[in-house]
Amino acid sequence: MASVGIATTPGTPHQRRTRSRRSLTPGSGLALGISVVWLSLLVLIPLTAVLLSAADLGLKGFWDVVTQPQTLAALRLTVLESIAVTLLNVVMGTMLAWVLVRDRFPGKRLLDLFIDVPFALPTIVAGLVLLTLYGPKSPLGMHANNTRWAVFLALAFVTLPFVVRTAQPVLESLERDVEEAAASLGAGRLTTFRRVILPSLVPAIAAGAALAFARAISEYGSLVLLSGNLPYRTEVASVRIYGFNQDGNRASASAIAAILLIVALLVIVALDILQRRLARRGD
Amino acid sequence: MSIKVSGVTKKFGDFVALDDISVDLPKGQLTALLGPSGGGKSTLLRIIAGLEDADSGTVTIEGNEATHLPPQKRNVGFVFQHYAAFKHMSVAKNVAFGLEIRKRPKAETEKRVAELLELVHLSQFSHRLPAQLSGGQRQRMALARALAVEPTVLLLDEPFGALDAKVRKELRDWLRRLHDEVHVTTVFVTHDQEEALEVADEIVVINDGRIEQVGTPDQLYDEPASEFVMSFLGPVTKLNGRLVRPHDIDVHTTPEDSLGKAGKIVRLLRVGFEVRLTVELEEADHPDVEVTVTRATQRHLNLEEGLRIWVSPTNGARTQSPIRAVN
Amino acid sequence: MATDTLNPASAEPTEPATSSRRRKPTGRTGYTREPAGVRWTLRVIAVAYVVMLVAWPTVLVFQRALEPGLGAAIDSLREPEVVHALYLTLYVTFFAVLINTVFGLTMSILLVRYDFPGKRILSTLLDIPLSISPVVVGLALVLVYNGRDGWFGQSLEKAGFQVIFASPGMIMATVFVALPLVIREVVPVLEEIGDDQEQAAQSLGANWGQTFRRITLPGIKWAVLYGVVLSLARSIGEFGAVKIVSGNIAGQTMTASQQVEDAYQNFQQGTAYAVAALLALIAMACLVVVSLLRPKDEEQ
Repeated sequence: MASVGIATTPGTPHQRRTRSRRSLTPGSGLALGISVVWLSLLVLIPLTAVLLSAADLGLKGFWDVVTQPQTLAALRLTVLESIAVTLLNVVMGTMLAWVLVRDRFPGKRLLDLFIDVPFALPTIVAGLVLLTLYGPKSPLGMHANNTRWAVFLALAFVTLPFVVRTAQPVLESLERDVEEAAASLGAGRLTTFRRVILPSLVPAIAAGAALAFARAISEYGSLVLLSGNLPYRTEVASVRIYGFNQDGNRASASAIAAILLIVALLVIVALDILQRRLARRGD
Repeated sequence: MSIKVSGVTKKFGDFVALDDISVDLPKGQLTALLGPSGGGKSTLLRIIAGLEDADSGTVTIEGNEATHLPPQKRNVGFVFQHYAAFKHMSVAKNVAFGLEIRKRPKAETEKRVAELLELVHLSQFSHRLPAQLSGGQRQRMALARALAVEPTVLLLDEPFGALDAKVRKELRDWLRRLHDEVHVTTVFVTHDQEEALEVADEIVVINDGRIEQVGTPDQLYDEPASEFVMSFLGPVTKLNGRLVRPHDIDVHTTPEDSLGKAGKIVRLLRVGFEVRLTVELEEADHPDVEVTVTRATQRHLNLEEGLRIWVSPTNGARTQSPIRAVN
Repeated sequence: MATDTLNPASAEPTEPATSSRRRKPTGRTGYTREPAGVRWTLRVIAVAYVVMLVAWPTVLVFQRALEPGLGAAIDSLREPEVVHALYLTLYVTFFAVLINTVFGLTMSILLVRYDFPGKRILSTLLDIPLSISPVVVGLALVLVYNGRDGWFGQSLEKAGFQVIFASPGMIMATVFVALPLVIREVVPVLEEIGDDQEQAAQSLGANWGQTFRRITLPGIKWAVLYGVVLSLARSIGEFGAVKIVSGNIAGQTMTASQQVEDAYQNFQQGTAYAVAALLALIAMACLVVVSLLRPKDEEQ
């Protein structure tokens, strides 16, 4: 056996199509310049303005705004409901992705289409849509409007596609021979799912969950008609910002907006790390 | 008999993948299932492994009825064409997987994994992820993983199909030597006749969902049971209405005997030590004959395009009447 | 690839053609097909979830809108305020999509084909709009561009250019929320097709414009269209950000989605449902267009 000659050079994991990237030409440099100026005017400077406006309050002022009972209630409701909805999405999103990838039945394409509806539907319409089934004239007799369940429903509606759409391509790319290998090695279906399939899905599910959480925490439009925006009960962070802004209290609005902004940035950084980890694992 | 397949039929919709197949695969041997893609050989292997259910027929493994056993209970090792590596696990974890499922003591598992990694020359890569290995290394890892659970039979589905030619050849030799050392009953699927002839003790030729012939590499090559087997195992050409291998044709520059047919070399192609001739016979309606000679013969006879020559089957050459139907 | 037939080295070892007519149907069979019980359980839960959360309520909106009859629904879309809101929505959407398409295409090409310092940060920044509350977007724009105490708004106002409570602000808010949609579709496709075709075109004497129009653009046109349709759906429906920057003045700066809220709050349910149904219809049409485009890149 010792004489068996086998190439033991380390693998070159998946060399991508070689691409020669060019450095900037005068034309592309100008295009980049204009693009960056536009991005600054539209996104970077306004968002900085929010952070600076919040900072103007000073640490104590900021703390006072955030710990004011109505604001605190709104923040607590937003965070708790967002966490709950994210967990729901982790389970239901994974299941939906599973069914879309592995099952075949008439109407599957329609199911696939409806999963994207929350992406495309205007948020105000989404609120009205939910109101027709779960509101005052509900054919089911379920009157969830103006309750915390309404907030949960709206958040579940608008976040539906995230986990499904991130988990789906990964599930599709999973080779079935991996499951067959696990089976021939003695692993039952549940063990195979837990030890072989799920670990491959976790980064994608986590990415979807992060996006869903970011969306839930910043949701506004779908809640306007559905939740009633009752202070201390169904008022979420975005509605609170809107309220402060309407009252002309932009500094307080900026304080809460800064919190949401920082959460959003954290989510983006987390996603970036996840994606890089995913890329490192290779094919 | 280690594996006994009786009357197995498998359909996918209208497509008949296996049509009433019966075959016995002997214990301790290295058997090749050889045939063209889509001929049913992989389906047969997967039915033996329990990864597909046969529509009818039975499978027994070492005397145990296995037809309706799930794959987990068959104790077979399966190696896939595309490695089926568990990508999130290290090489050592991959190999340990089956032992962990069987809840073997940790120390025993570690010892066994170390032995197997030694056997497949991957000891220094035990902590790497599969993505950091080359294709050949991944396939050796997959082999170690399959052998770790001490399977009754080892099944390999086109195990070298995804590798480049050089690595394929190395791994093929190595599989042969590994089998001589481990002696586990091994069945591998391939569409490469050279691979089957070189590695296997016995070859089962499968085409169109049926078995064409079962035999040793020599038997198959020397006594093909059908035109299909003959043409699948190597190049053939037609001479005097019979199939014959191009290197089994004698070339003369003078009419030596009454069997020789006159013709003209219309194309001459040198490939390494071989010279391939295309000969247009003078006999009307006879298709062109392909002849392979050595470089030395070509030099010796001064063969060149346009030359008039006489061709006849070499004495003792195996020929096959094309009229005989496949099956 | 058609050229493969010219290359004998890529062909498999001699394979008689006998089996070419036999083709195994695709689809999941064997072990990796779950037992029927598991499949049915998952299928029923999945379908029930989507029906209760999305499908049924969406269908109900159309039903509600048509309850008073199609004629009445169309009449309520003809009210002057509604007509103005729809017109304003179209106006804002048109410019927002146009800006985002041009910006998205430029940005995608810069990110994929060129190297420059800060590229990674720029690419990360472009994702920000997707996870920010529309209300924060509106507030941010108001802070900078309002005419009373905005950073730039004061000087712009003096120059006679009103951003906030006017259409430029509404367009900016809409552009902001839909910013990355074109880029996210185009970048992966640009990366996938590589630049060897572009280099080949240039070696044949094509200048930058010709290369872009005749080589690059045809390669990414489905991705661009996909991104445009997504931006369109997002832009038509934008609510929170536009609501803050527009000031919500009925008959002046009120868009269709704000009209839905306004009508509903004022107990004009017929109008609210009619406009909502129209917006939902446009959104569904966008989805159908996208799902018709999609198989093109799956069938490879």
